[in-house]
Formats: sequence, structure tokens, C-alpha cells
Amino acid sequence: MLTKRIIPCLDVIKRRVTKGVKFQNNVDLGDPIEMAVRYSNEGCDELVVYDITASSERRPIDIEMVREVAQAIRIPFSVGGGIATLEDMSRVLLAGAEKISVNSLAVKNPAIIAEGARAFGAQCIVLGMDPVATADRQRCPSGYEITTRGFRERTGIDAVEWARQAEQHGAGEIVVNSVDADGTRAGFELTITRLIAEAVRIPVVASGGAGCAAHLREAFELAHADAAIVAGMLHTGDFTIRQIKQELHAEGVPVRMIW
Amino acid sequence: MIAIVDYKAGNLTSVQLAFRALGCGAEITSDPQVILAADRVVFPGVGAAGSAMRNLTELQLLPVLKAVAARGTPFLGICLGTQILFDFSEEDGGTPTLGLLPGRVPRFQPADRWDKVPQMGWNQVRIVRPHPLLEGIADGSEFYFVHSYYPAPADPALAVGTTDYAGITFASMVGRGNVAATQFHPEKSGRIGLRLLANFIGWKPEGLT
Repeated sequence: MLTKRIIPCLDVIKRRVTKGVKFQNNVDLGDPIEMAVRYSNEGCDELVVYDITASSERRPIDIEMVREVAQAIRIPFSVGGGIATLEDMSRVLLAGAEKISVNSLAVKNPAIIAEGARAFGAQCIVLGMDPVATADRQRCPSGYEITTRGFRERTGIDAVEWARQAEQHGAGEIVVNSVDADGTRAGFELTITRLIAEAVRIPVVASGGAGCAAHLREAFELAHADAAIVAGMLHTGDFTIRQIKQELHAEGVPVRMIW
Repeated sequence: MIAIVDYKAGNLTSVQLAFRALGCGAEITSDPQVILAADRVVFPGVGAAGSAMRNLTELQLLPVLKAVAARGTPFLGICLGTQILFDFSEEDGGTPTLGLLPGRVPRFQPADRWDKVPQMGWNQVRIVRPHPLLEGIADGSEFYFVHSYYPAPADPALAVGTTDYAGITFASMVGRGNVAATQFHPEKSGRIGLRLLANFIGWKPEGLT
């Protein structure tokens, strides 16, 4: 049986992993390479590494860091931040990443999804999206609006409609990172995760709000997520991947237990 | 020397890095002479069968792959490379492929709406017969998969390992003589995947010198 993937997320600023709430008040958590190795050894199924200031600083991604992560771990990882062109994608893949995550720049230029899928295969193009709940049902019938630039900008784009478009463009996977749940550790935003899982046929990854193993189970069983991103609950040391997986396994959720 | 065959089908860095992690040099190459001279050949690949066959034809690698397989060089197919070893892929409107192994490569047709295509993630491999590349690897170990099509060998005895997905059981690893091939990605499958690659480095197929 295909197992549910548990994916730690490393938000990196200046070569240090940081964690904030809603992209603010970031605190230093450690070295990205060391953390990648630790989580990989503990049994995580994949990793996400975001160079979170590359885009706002209008610079290319820290490719040397990508190379070091690729040398250090033997599991798939995706990389995001500041990826605007096919050339950027190619550099990240050649450095050893498995997938490329596009977010704000794909909203500005959706063609990059199709171009990337054609050039490298749909399986390595991940669309990251940061939806926020909105009362404006006129513009956003699903009740969720896409934000960009680290939640700073509202776009007026309906989140479910954007997910459908991204799938048509050739995205291989969608990461649904709820602005409202991000950093709260109060559980994933199940409604928008489920709406998107129901709207597309590609894998959907729940993101934002994980605080305990039961939250992951909800995302898998109630929102039909294929994978879940965890950050704060691991980074603080409150949980290990092994603990989360043991609990999910005991509850009957298929997870990879041999590593 | 291990040759990793480069035919412009996806990113081969992770295959090379995995061998490097095992202390073993591996060269990414499209050069027929280098591939023919290699002690071991890895034939990986990600992407679509149609363009892969076009690239292999352009690079004049089809006879090279057949030659190294025929002369007994330890040969490992991975993912798209594995699919191409069979006779025919359903991909791209139907693509005749290398024909080193008898069988076809159909697409998943899930009845369950929540079985996504591609299959993406870690799934179990049940060992259906012992194979030197699986030495030290427990039955039911999970490996990393990313694929929409799967090998369907004409001879079920080719299957070394099987995996369940989208309502079927398919051959996720096949082997015959000096040719072994996995639908999963050993280079992305953590320690267990590394063990398989380490076994490949030391593999001396029987009856060959």
C-alpha cells in the first residue's frame, strides 16, 4: 500500500533554518544540512527546503546549499524560493533536488508550470499555494483567496480555481499552505485542503498548522491529503518523526516504518 | 567503472550521488565507447517513453545497450529505464521499446478516485524470489516510486518483487541473468535503497566471468 508521506519543511534565511508565525518573528533553529540529515535518519519520507528570502531579495536560490543537502541525504527533496525561469529549475535539479516548488512567481507567470513540466516532467513541478479565507465570494467562490509574497499580497484569485489551472498547466503536485493555520500548531485547515483534493487528480500536500500526530491523521482521512508538511512541532523538539509515525501506524494510517 | 547512461531523460545527479555515498565512482555518459567499456551499467531515466526512445536512437545507444546486456555486464534499469527494457510501452500513443525483456508497460487505471496517477511516494516491495541485489533487504521494505506506467512482464517468472497499487499487483522489480531492473528509485530510497546499490556494486551474475 502506498504510504502517507510526512515531510519536514525547512525555511531557510541566510543558511539558517528559521521558523516564524505567519512569516514573522523568525527564530534561528539550526543548520539546514544537519537538520536534513537528522530528519532523514529519523525516517521522514521527503524534505522541503525553502530559501524564503530569495524571492523578495530578487536573487537566485542558494544553489550551494541545495548541493550540500543533495550530498547529505538519500531521500527526495524539493526546493523553493526565487525560482522564476527554466534555467533556475535546471540548476536546482542538476544540484540534486528531486522537485521544484513554484509559488508567487507561478501566479505572476503560470506558463512557467507548463514549461517546467514539459522540460523536466510533471512529477518534479510542485505548485505551492498560500490560500487565506475570504468573505468575498464574488471573486472567490470557494471562500479562499490566493496570497503571494509570503502572505503579503492578496491576488483576488480563487484558490480552488488556481489549483485546477495549475493541474491543467502540468503541475505534478500541489502544496496547500493555509495562511490562517500557518504556525498555529492548532491543526491543518481541513476545508481548503479537502476542496483542493476534490478538485484535482494530482497528489495534494497539507501544510500549515501541524501540532500533533492526530492533526496529520485528520489531513489524510478527512481532507484526503496524500502527504503532510510538518515544521514547528519537530523543530522545537516536541515530537520526532518516529513518534508521529508510530502513533499514526497504531491508528491504522499507512506510513513507512522501516528505515 | 560504473557508467550511468545519459539519454536526456531526467536528472541523473541523485544516481551519481548515491554511488558516491557508497565510495564508488560512477560516470554520467552518453558515449557508446565509455558505456561499452564499463564494468557495470546503470540505465535510469525519468520522463516519457516516446522522447526517451527518440533520444536513444539519436545518440545511437540502442545497439550499445543491447550489446552490454548480451555480453553479461551487470546491468541495472531504474524507473523509465526499466520500462524501456520491455517490448512495448503504452505511453505516447504506444511506443515500441528495446525488447530486452518480454512484456508491455501499461498505464495505471485506478478505479478508486483517491489512487492518484502518478503513484508518488513510498510503497512496499514484496520479494517473490531471492535475488543477489536484495540481499540484506527485508521482505516488505518500502522504496520510493514516481510513475504512471508499470512493467507487465510476459513471463511472470521475471518478477523479483511485486507492489500493490491502483487495484493491481505489478512487478516492481524484475531480473534475468545479468539484467536487473526496478520501477522504484533505489537512489532515493534511503538506507535500503543504498543497500540495493551496494549489492549491485558487488554483484557477479552467475555463469559469467
